[in-house]
Amino acid sequence: MPQKFDAIVVGAGPSGNAAAYTMAKAGLNVLQLERGEYPGSKNVQGAILYADALEKIIPDFRDDAPLERHIIEQRMWMLDEKSFVGMNYRSEDFNEERPNRYTIIRAQFDRWFSKRVRDAGATVVCETTVTDLLRDSSGKVIGVKTDRGDGDVLADVVVLGEGVNGLVGQQAGLRPVLKPAQAALVAKEMHFLPQETIESRFNLKGSEGAVIEAMGTVAAGITGLGFVYTNKESLSVGIGCLVSEFAENGATPYGMLESFKNHPSIKPLLAGSEIKEYSAHLIPEGGYKAMPDLYGDGWLIVGDAGQFVNSVHREGSNMAMTTGMAAGQTIAAIKRSNRPFTRANLAAYKQALNETYVMKDLKKYKNMPGFIHKNSKTFLGVYPKLFSTAAHNWFRVDGIDKRTKEKAIISSFRRGRRVTGLLGDAFKFLRATR
Amino acid sequence: MSTESANVPPVKVEGKLFTNRYLVDGKHPHIKVKPHEKPTKALLSLTHICPAGCYSQNDKGQVEAMVDGCLECGTCRIVCAATGDIEWNYPRGGFGVLFKFG
Repeated sequence: MPQKFDAIVVGAGPSGNAAAYTMAKAGLNVLQLERGEYPGSKNVQGAILYADALEKIIPDFRDDAPLERHIIEQRMWMLDEKSFVGMNYRSEDFNEERPNRYTIIRAQFDRWFSKRVRDAGATVVCETTVTDLLRDSSGKVIGVKTDRGDGDVLADVVVLGEGVNGLVGQQAGLRPVLKPAQAALVAKEMHFLPQETIESRFNLKGSEGAVIEAMGTVAAGITGLGFVYTNKESLSVGIGCLVSEFAENGATPYGMLESFKNHPSIKPLLAGSEIKEYSAHLIPEGGYKAMPDLYGDGWLIVGDAGQFVNSVHREGSNMAMTTGMAAGQTIAAIKRSNRPFTRANLAAYKQALNETYVMKDLKKYKNMPGFIHKNSKTFLGVYPKLFSTAAHNWFRVDGIDKRTKEKAIISSFRRGRRVTGLLGDAFKFLRATR
Repeated sequence: MSTESANVPPVKVEGKLFTNRYLVDGKHPHIKVKPHEKPTKALLSLTHICPAGCYSQNDKGQVEAMVDGCLECGTCRIVCAATGDIEWNYPRGGFGVLFKFG
C-alpha cells in the first residue's frame, strides 16, 4: 500500500522549495522529491537573487541565508572583439539595510532553502528521480512513479518544479519539448580569488558587489551574452547563446567561454584565479508564447518548467519563487475548503499569477523572444561594432575636426544599417517591448 | 575537442570537466545514441554544441556518446527532439554530476 500525501513537489530548486515551504507552513502533509544528492547539486544559475520574491515567502531570510554580496554596481557592456561601450550604474543607495539584489552560489543557497522547507515540516527525499505521473481511470494525476524500489507515491496534487528540461511533464504529455530557438545554453565557471583582490579589482568594500552583463561579439563572428558576477571569494563567469545559434555557428560553448575570458576587457579581472567548477545549463527563453498549460486535474507547473523567465531583465529564479508560492497558496486554499483538485479549481493558480509582475512582465515582452531570434546578428553583432567605432573615433584626438568626425560616425551607421534599417530596428525593438 | 577561434588557443573541455564531481553510473548511461549509418545534421552538431564534449565521431563517421562528463543541461535533447536521434533520461537518483557551486 503506497504512502499518501496531501501534495508531492517534484524538484528542490527555487520554485519547488517555495511551493513546498508555503504548503508545509499552511499545515499540509508535503513530500518533496529531488534527484540530486542534495538540493542544489543539479542546479545552475549565474547567480543573482532578487530579494523581493524571497522576502514575501521568508521575510527574515537575511538572518541566515548564504548570501555572497549585495549589488551596488551594474555594468552593461556592448562588446566587440577588442573593446566595449558600456553604461555603469553605481549608487550608495544600494548600501541599504535590506538590499534588493544579492549574488549567491546556488548549491549553497538551495541547501539553505531546503533546510527551511524541512523545518517547516515537509518531508524532503533526495537521490530520487521521478520517472512518471500516476493517473486514475479518469486521467486525474494521483501521484508519481520514482526510480526507487518502493516506487509509487500518492498525493491529492502534484507540483512540477522540475526545471527547464521538464522531463516528467513532457513524458506525461503535459508540455512539449523546448525548441532550439526557445532556449539559451549557458556555460559557466567558478573562479576563486582572495577577497581583497576581488574588492580592489572591482572597487568594492565589505560585502558590496558588482556585476557585469555583456552582450555582443564574444569571439570572432560569434555573438552572445557574457557575465561576470562578484561573490565573496569567487567570480561567476559565463557565456550564453541561443541553442539554435550554436547549432548554426559551429562554435563550442567552452570555446566561446574561453574567448570571453580572454577578451582584453575581461582577462585582467580574472588574472591568477583558480577555477573550481565548470557547469552548463539551459535557460527557457520562449517567454509567454511558449508557456505550456500550467495546471490540470491534479497537477500544476511552476518555475522554469513553465517558461517563467524574463530574459530581457534576466529574471527567472524570482519568478520561480513567486510561481511556487502562488501554487502553494492555491493548493492550501483548496485543501482548507475541502474541495477537489480539479482543473477548474486549480485555475485559481493562473488567476493569482495574472495579478503579479510574473504574468504582466511576460505578457509585456511576449514578442521579444521572436525579435531576439530574428535580429540577434544586428543587435549583438552590428550595433556594438558601430557604437565601438563611433566611440573610438570620437575620443581619439588626432587633428581631425569634430564636424568631420560627426559625419564619419553618421555615415558609418548609415553604411552599417542604412536609414531604413535603423528606423526599422528602432520600430521593431519598440514593438517587441510594448 | 578544440575550438577554431582566431585569438584563443584551442580549448580542451576535459580540463574543465576535471574540476567537477561526478558519481558515474557505469552500468546505466542515461543518454543513448540510436544506431545509425550516417548521422543527421542535428546529431552531427552535437559534436560541437555539447558543453561537455560528450559526442564524437568514430572512424565510420557515426556519432557516439560518452556521457561520463555530462553536465545534464539537456541541450542535446532539444537539438535532437525533432529527429529522435537520441534517447535522453535523467541519471538515476543520486548519480551524475554533483555541483559544488552550481
